[in-house]
Amino acid sequence: MLLNIENLKVEPRGEEGWTPILHGVDLKVARGEVVGLIGESGAGKSTLGLAALGFVQGGLRFAGGRVLFDGTDLLQLPERQRRAFRGRRVAYVAQSAAASFNPAWRLLDQFCEGPAIHHTASRAESENFARQLYAAMHLPDPEHFGLRFPHQVSGGQLQRAMVAMAMACKPDLIVFDEPTTALDVTTQIGVLAAIREAVETTGTAAIYITHDLAVVAQMADRIKVMRHGREVEEALTRQMIGAPKQDYTRSLWAVREFRRPERALPQASAPAISIREVTAGYSTLDVLSDVSFDIPRGATVAVVGESGSGKSTTARVITGLLPPRLGSISLNGTALPPRLAQRTLEQKRAVQMIYQMADTALNPRQTIRQILSRPLQFYLGLTGKARETRLMELMEQIELDPARFLDRLPGELSGGQKQRIGIARALAADPEFIICDEVTSALDQLVAEGILRLLSKVQDETGASYMFITHDIATVRAIADEVVVMKGGRVMDRGPKPDVLDPPRHDYTRELLASVPQMDPDWLTHRIAEGRVAGDEP
Amino acid sequence: MMRMLKTMPPTAILGVLVILAYAVIALFAPLFAPYGEAQIVGAQFEPWSATYPFGTDTLGRDMLSRLIWGARNTVGVALVTTALAFGIGAIAGLLAAALGGWVDLVLSRLVDVLMAVPALILTLLALSALGPGVMNLIAVVAVLDSTRVFRLARATAMNVMVMDYVEAAHLRGEGIWWTITREVLPNISAPLIAEFGLRFCFVFLTISALSFLGLGLPPPMADWGAMVRDNAALITFGDITPLLPAACIAVLTVSVNFVVDWMLHRASGLKD
Amino acid sequence: MSAPAARRQRPILRMIVGRLGIGVFTLFVISVLIFLAVSLLPGDIAQQVLGQSATPETVAAFRRELGLDQPLIWRYLDWVGGVLSGDFGRSLANGRPVAELLAARLGNTLFLAAYAAVIAVPVAVGLGLLSALWRGSWFDRIANVATLSAISFPEFFIAYILMFWLSVRMGWLPSIADPGASPRLGEMLSRAFLPAITLVLVVTAHMMRMTRAAVVNVLGAPYVTMARLKGVSRWRVVTRHALPNALAPIVNVVALNIAWLITGVVIVEVVFVYPGLGQLMVDSVTNRDIPVVQACALIFAAVYILLNLLADVLAIATNPRLLHPR
Repeated sequence: MLLNIENLKVEPRGEEGWTPILHGVDLKVARGEVVGLIGESGAGKSTLGLAALGFVQGGLRFAGGRVLFDGTDLLQLPERQRRAFRGRRVAYVAQSAAASFNPAWRLLDQFCEGPAIHHTASRAESENFARQLYAAMHLPDPEHFGLRFPHQVSGGQLQRAMVAMAMACKPDLIVFDEPTTALDVTTQIGVLAAIREAVETTGTAAIYITHDLAVVAQMADRIKVMRHGREVEEALTRQMIGAPKQDYTRSLWAVREFRRPERALPQASAPAISIREVTAGYSTLDVLSDVSFDIPRGATVAVVGESGSGKSTTARVITGLLPPRLGSISLNGTALPPRLAQRTLEQKRAVQMIYQMADTALNPRQTIRQILSRPLQFYLGLTGKARETRLMELMEQIELDPARFLDRLPGELSGGQKQRIGIARALAADPEFIICDEVTSALDQLVAEGILRLLSKVQDETGASYMFITHDIATVRAIADEVVVMKGGRVMDRGPKPDVLDPPRHDYTRELLASVPQMDPDWLTHRIAEGRVAGDEP
Repeated sequence: MMRMLKTMPPTAILGVLVILAYAVIALFAPLFAPYGEAQIVGAQFEPWSATYPFGTDTLGRDMLSRLIWGARNTVGVALVTTALAFGIGAIAGLLAAALGGWVDLVLSRLVDVLMAVPALILTLLALSALGPGVMNLIAVVAVLDSTRVFRLARATAMNVMVMDYVEAAHLRGEGIWWTITREVLPNISAPLIAEFGLRFCFVFLTISALSFLGLGLPPPMADWGAMVRDNAALITFGDITPLLPAACIAVLTVSVNFVVDWMLHRASGLKD
Repeated sequence: MSAPAARRQRPILRMIVGRLGIGVFTLFVISVLIFLAVSLLPGDIAQQVLGQSATPETVAAFRRELGLDQPLIWRYLDWVGGVLSGDFGRSLANGRPVAELLAARLGNTLFLAAYAAVIAVPVAVGLGLLSALWRGSWFDRIANVATLSAISFPEFFIAYILMFWLSVRMGWLPSIADPGASPRLGEMLSRAFLPAITLVLVVTAHMMRMTRAAVVNVLGAPYVTMARLKGVSRWRVVTRHALPNALAPIVNVVALNIAWLITGVVIVEVVFVYPGLGQLMVDSVTNRDIPVVQACALIFAAVYILLNLLADVLAIATNPRLLHPR
């Protein structure tokens, strides 16, 4: 057994009695094996992964257990001897490559640092090996790639460079800590393929940490599920995907399985929102070009695209924050003034927005009561008893107990609860149209599913129309009636969901869907075999 | 409150006590001082004795009384100046952050120009043009110090202005004053309060320095900075009396700095 | 490699030239400010110099002599033209050319500032570095209290304490810092020691706190953690990873504090009666000797702007993103 972690306990430093991060967790990794660690945020995955290097982050300390690497207990060694293992026998690949590379050094120099301090290879040998790895990872111009600085290289390329750097000393074990979480799907697939290939050809063991079960299904032989610093379940990949034992494990792909019940859309003469030939941008640069689509009354239209596709900019145009250079927006058939300042109170009331990050969407110094009372007072002129009654109704609608929450500050609520307040704030205005800007992207799967259920229920009750901005295809399948696919500020395809997605009509839609990891453990293998994995991203 | 007191380091507790002591002495100066501010009671430079605990100064006035009266004058003027600087700077900074556009551009450029030259030089320049006097002193120091408050207020306010909840208020159609007072201000109050303390120290030291150079409060007002200069000759004779007013300045500034340091430490330690 | 290298260097050169332009423009605006500040007096300068008893004719004649009857814009251009050719006008107090007074004094002030800087910078940066590395230790906490106290003391307090202790009580050093005409270096060093040390104490405290903050910031960066995870020793992490990236903020701190040094001299020169530019300016302000005040203000401002410009340029030159653009 290469790595044998027994009964590991990690707790915050100097705070006896506080919730420990890890409650006595085991982890075994054999030579050449890939073990996936999966769980929601706060599960303790990163802490466990770092423990494999005998490392614990500032503010934490090891409180018990053993970390046996090839027979040696790292926790018993002094720091100096532990250093001999790090980078040489066990290496680490961090989530953000941009932050993990020294901005003042060239990539090649950072690659060669490991072998130099561990005396595993000469400078010439390291450089050679670097070029080989860069070529194997399909990085552009492998001969000279290492001469670049981190800021001269794109995100996906940098992530691959970090994987290469981890392999510099030919370690026995590499810990991958959410390496593709921050990347677009089309970039992600390239990195996943590169990692798979590298690990397979060198026979290195690996621990792959992620919150996405579909991703880990591609990479790992065995999967361990964690929650709140404890193990929930562990099994071989195919077994885990096919027949998970625990309910919690099932819930990890809740959003993928959630499907809104079929319903008939109300017939209406004019669409709730109509966008016609909108071209908009900042000074000389056009961010949107000739964008047109409708949002029918009472429907949910998902606007899908990767970063830079123009989804959020479209929202800004609709709300009047960014007047378009060309084109128009209309609400229920009547034109909306392009500038926010020109709109009437009624027009402002009719269009509401819910934001992605509840932390920045709610004023941390206002109570929930204050946050929700303001739109009631401002738009509807409600005061006193009438307002109080409406507050209660709103809280009921978002399924939160008024007595418990109304007089709290946002900081005292969980992420899901804060997002519900965000929804209530939008509902307080009694709107006709709500823009949901990536509202579930920052939430864990179970919580996200709850929010999607709530939004569906609210739509059924109020008949409001939604523009649902997202980059996640699973969410689109879950709740959308119609889909708009965007890329580079243009609309690639639009129409009812089954027409756009099943099967994908447009080339770009096809590429997008093909890049989304599926639960099938052979998916990545098929993709690589088909040659669908481009070496680089645009 | 009690819990907060328990977590304060001894330096901060000491700081608060000293500040309170100074406040009491300054407010109730007439009750504490044995003699009048400009009252000549004895010969020049009399040594420390029972009647004159710190001796007399260069004109024969009681040093102890002048020190106590000086508390009211020096600290009082510094407080007024700081309040004025803070008022100007904070309002300008908030407006620049909230309104943006050309308002921000003009104000920022103006502040850049004013800050391109060391404050002391500009102060000397302005005072040589306007002449001596309490009002001129307060006005010049306040205007020049407001530049730093402006920068801090603007920077912290801009961090808040980009938040989604401010955009939500903007989408509602909230007016600029509502946004500033209800959305922005509560979220920047902590750094602003700390800055007030720092500004007070700076203004206090600057006014003392100017008094020391002879450009501060006009005589016969008791002023710690001027008192040091007037009696400086005593040092060459090995008498530390002139160091007393300087020590009074130092002790208050140190105390305020300790308290502000603890406030900033606490604020950075706690997550937002 | 020459053509791509030249293309790569152009953005930096453009930025540096841009900064220089801003510096010159700021100096121009400051000169206008300096000129206007004293020209828009409430009350008449001629009247005040000559006194209440002067007759209207004498006052008028004096005004004509000073050129005060000319329109503002001519007077300004006159003054600037004079400055650029080295003529700063004549002192109202003793009629001598201001340029004469400035020359010797400026040299003395620069000597004092350099004296203090040479001692202060290595000490402050070194102590700041150690404080950051041993964050939270006794050393750090004591240093925090000590520097906080030092920046809270008025400079004249520190000056007089030192004078009292080292000069009067111990008799080690002279308390008056006037080195006399054309002194030897040794004489200069001993005479200027007390004022220099006073400056050192205050500046070091500021610089040390700012250096510590800059280094702590860099030490918290993810790439520093990554280096540790690669097995790099603590020493190497600090010297090879943290320091190169802390260089730019530290240089900035040093430049700012040296610029401050230029004004800190004013108090110190007065306390120790050191014949520098600061003391000249204070005397002139008290005497309302306008031409001298204007000249001194302009020189101080120019030095300050120059040092800030240098800090800006160095910050640009040590930024790898700007040195090697995409």
